[in-house]
Amino acid sequence: MMLASKEITKMFGRKTAVDHVTLEMEPGHIYAMLGPNGSGKTTWMKMAAGLIKPTSGEMTFEGRPVDIESRKQIAYMSTEPYFYTWMTARDVGKYYGDFFADYSADRYRALLERMELNETLKTRELSSGMMAKLKIAVTLARDARVYMLDEPFNGIDLLARDVIRACILESAAENKLLLLSSHLVEEMEAIADRAAYLKNGVLVECTDLEEMREQRGLSMADRYREIYSHSEGANA
Amino acid sequence: MQYDPNSPIWLQVMTAIKTDIVTGRRPPGEKLPGGRELAVLYTINPNTAARVYQELEREGLCESRRGMGTYVTGDEERIAQVRGTMARQAAARFANEMEKLGIGRQEAARMILEEEKE
Repeated sequence: MMLASKEITKMFGRKTAVDHVTLEMEPGHIYAMLGPNGSGKTTWMKMAAGLIKPTSGEMTFEGRPVDIESRKQIAYMSTEPYFYTWMTARDVGKYYGDFFADYSADRYRALLERMELNETLKTRELSSGMMAKLKIAVTLARDARVYMLDEPFNGIDLLARDVIRACILESAAENKLLLLSSHLVEEMEAIADRAAYLKNGVLVECTDLEEMREQRGLSMADRYREIYSHSEGANA
Repeated sequence: MQYDPNSPIWLQVMTAIKTDIVTGRRPPGEKLPGGRELAVLYTINPNTAARVYQELEREGLCESRRGMGTYVTGDEERIAQVRGTMARQAAARFANEMEKLGIGRQEAARMILEEEKE
């Protein structure tokens, strides 16, 4: 198992964000992490990235608890913007290069080009869509073992989504694990092969998507509706 | 390519490639894209792409040569056979659809000929 959480729980005050989640992820797969807002996706990912500590339970990367060392091999893209506004796209790359040994400047340049971003643009001048693309480019410029992208399709127009999907697929490999979370379920339907559904902090299931299509004729989105359609009205 | 998310994606991509092979768009003996390339080309998961080649091999439409990649079979008889099967299946689907509309086979056949004229 490459990335695994065992009975992991995270409380924020009295609120349980992630509730005893046991989830094992193998290399060679692209996982979609699904669930409405507040279902615990981001919190789970941040624990996997080693950015926040679990209240109880354990998160492991290749059998060892997630720590500073595992962060060298796990590339995580959060939903929050995290660059200084004076930085140019080129500066962002340098900044990453300083932090991560597996960062490749060549790969970053190639990704920026694919996404039609100019290196001299300042981050404060970027539209939200351009910023989203920049974050993906700099994350995938690392040669990490795990890529976790939180909402990679948010704010990105239809055509650019095709480019993003291609870049994601090119980063996939047998010895790597990819994890994507998105509200745009349809965008991940064909590129993910497994889906983890979280509901109110609890893992409902982690499913093989082609198996589900073959055996039940259900798409990832259908299953999403099955799991959440009753509760959503109640929670709103 | 647009996929029907309710049926296996490997099957849909496989059908697309089968169609390419039986129509000669991918001629006998031609090298096919590598697994990862196929995944990017069709925007599908790499494991789905691998499954596509497994199933095409099982049907005798392509063969993987060790260390060289995957090729369209050189067996033209087999390709013709598969083309025949696909055509019969298409005809059966069409006949079925027409039956649902209460249209018999003879009338359906006539309609195909008229369609051609337009």
